[in-house]
Amino acid sequence: MSAARALQQPLPLRLTSNAFLALWCLIAAFPIFWIMVQSFKTPVDAYDSNALNVILGPETLARGHGMSVLQILLGVGAIWLTIRLASRTLPSFVRGSMDGGLQWLGWIIGASALGIGSVVALFGVVPWISDVLNPMVGPLGVDVVGLTTEHYKTVWVERGFFRNFQNSLLITAGVVTISLSVGTLAGYGLARSGSKLAFWILIIALIFRALPHSVLVAGYLPVFISSSEWLAPIFGENAPTLYGKPFAVIAVLVAINQPFTIWMLRSFFQNIPAELDEAARVDGCSHFQAFRRVIMPVMWPGVITTGLFSFLLAYNDFLVTSLLLDAQNQTMVPAIAGMFNRETTTTDQVVAVAAAVSITAPLFFLVMVFQRQIVSGLTAGAVKG
Amino acid sequence: MKFKTFAAFIGPSVFMMLLFIAFPLVSVFQQSFYITQPIYDLVEVETCTPGFLTQTCVTETQSVPKLDEEGAIITQTEFVGLQSYRNVLELGRAWDAVSSGSWAAFQAIDFWKALRFTLSFTLITLPLVIGAGLAIAVMINSAAKSVRGPVIFISLLPFIITPVIGALAINWLFRGDGILTAAMEWYLQRDIAMFAQAWTIEILMMFYRVWHVAPFAAIVFYAGLQTVNQDSLESAIIDGASRWQRLKYIVIPHLMPLIVFISMIHLMDSYRVFEEIVGFSSQGHVISLQWLTYDFLVPDQAGNRSISRASASAMLTMIGIALLLVPLLRRTWRDHQGGH
Repeated sequence: MSAARALQQPLPLRLTSNAFLALWCLIAAFPIFWIMVQSFKTPVDAYDSNALNVILGPETLARGHGMSVLQILLGVGAIWLTIRLASRTLPSFVRGSMDGGLQWLGWIIGASALGIGSVVALFGVVPWISDVLNPMVGPLGVDVVGLTTEHYKTVWVERGFFRNFQNSLLITAGVVTISLSVGTLAGYGLARSGSKLAFWILIIALIFRALPHSVLVAGYLPVFISSSEWLAPIFGENAPTLYGKPFAVIAVLVAINQPFTIWMLRSFFQNIPAELDEAARVDGCSHFQAFRRVIMPVMWPGVITTGLFSFLLAYNDFLVTSLLLDAQNQTMVPAIAGMFNRETTTTDQVVAVAAAVSITAPLFFLVMVFQRQIVSGLTAGAVKG
Repeated sequence: MKFKTFAAFIGPSVFMMLLFIAFPLVSVFQQSFYITQPIYDLVEVETCTPGFLTQTCVTETQSVPKLDEEGAIITQTEFVGLQSYRNVLELGRAWDAVSSGSWAAFQAIDFWKALRFTLSFTLITLPLVIGAGLAIAVMINSAAKSVRGPVIFISLLPFIITPVIGALAINWLFRGDGILTAAMEWYLQRDIAMFAQAWTIEILMMFYRVWHVAPFAAIVFYAGLQTVNQDSLESAIIDGASRWQRLKYIVIPHLMPLIVFISMIHLMDSYRVFEEIVGFSSQGHVISLQWLTYDFLVPDQAGNRSISRASASAMLTMIGIALLLVPLLRRTWRDHQGGH
């Protein structure tokens, strides 16, 4: 008993500790919170030097874009509901109602449905309901906070950010699918083989993981640009130029991602007792059947976690996509870099901010739904050293 | 597992790594000794402009790239030995600067400027990341159970955000009269320009990196804290150890493998510093080694990419990676020997 009491912190220490934790949360969230606020204001408000003006947006309000108390309440309610659904209901629903093999499909469908649903609710349903209700509730229906979505319209409709979004989607989907299918096979093989060769492959993968990506791109560029020449003997007339092709970038990102993927999957496979394979083998399965029918169904948490990290790599990549894709096939992150290099007026700046928030929103959503998987992924490789 | 089954399982992955990692590496090594250029011809060009009474004609020799029948520029590749390395290192200029004792002249050379920043960035952020990560982990661990989930959620945001966007978000807080620059100006009662000199940009970049990586360190350490042996903590209390002593003699030694792990990952990642340069658009003041290679690869106004110089600077970057990897590989090798 005395030990437990001694482990408990005295009050002053606990207060300081919690105060510092609150400070850390503020530092962690502030830059992201701030660009989100800025993206909804007119340029004058977004770059006001008084923080309160940025948050309340008097200039935006004066232009007739505003939110009433009622709208704020509705909006907060919608966000709260999204968080609640994303962090509690969706994970338990998917885990409860789907069996192993189809769970990943459940995650994808559930997460995208929730994502689209919350965008529709925030930008479609809330304004619609409040337009109807605002005149009825008197003082609560008067606009108090300036807020406009015009910059999002500029980014997504006029600047063609939607095409960049599609490209990002294509590339991340390709990278996640291929790198998981290739990686699970290799991870399983490496986890179950104690041979010297397996050890050396892991070591070499570790070295590959440390390589700067620009080194690799320096190797791809000349080959990709001239690929229609050296592929001609195989493909004849229609030999493709690999430069600027999404599938070439997918292949490159999968390969760059492989070292990390196989290390992580291997550590997840090692947690599954080898007796399970042996039992399946005794029952007459081949190695591959044991892998497919016995191991994979219990492996889904590890696969989902690794998939998340593959997604992050492909989604966040700037260097490879900006050098290997041309303007038409550009993904979101390099596109925004072009956008802020061009920024000349403050309107352009706020538009770039809105684009940045658009890129961050899916990631924010991802953390809400998959917090537990991300944490387990971060600690999986580490705790064993 | 028989070798054949093993090979079937790992085959696709190994093939991809060979094709897209090992092969480019070899080809970059080779490219760094060759240079591909258009063949130029010296042509006498007579340009005439209409003048009063007679035309004014000027004859000058220009070097014009040779074209083949289809009008494409003919290029030739020749072996130049270490020339590209010399172009990147600019040893002559560097030596002059060093012997005349001028640090500014030395830092005017791109490669050495990039090397200086990359090394100082890596070494300064390392202790900050470990320290901040440990502090956050200990604080989360001592917080009430109900706030841990939300705190971890918020902590994950800086880690998961796209690096370029994260750097931009911090950049925008300080750029021009950004909200934090305005706050500092109000507090200090003087003008502040955060992006007019190199050292303020470097501080912002390091702050961004610590902000971005500390959550990762914190979560790994937090997981490690859950496995601290409670018995030894209790016996330490009975022996009268203070809170600080318990942290120093029990918790930190327990976390040591994780600290080494995080340090290794952080060294590898921060040596590749690149996104900060893009996000803070600092290329006028501060550049890094990886950005140097990137810059050679981006086409210039004439549309040419200096592939051979990029290869040379990539190879020089690799030397640093090799030095970083030696201790890590030795450790892994020792563990492997010990494990069997």
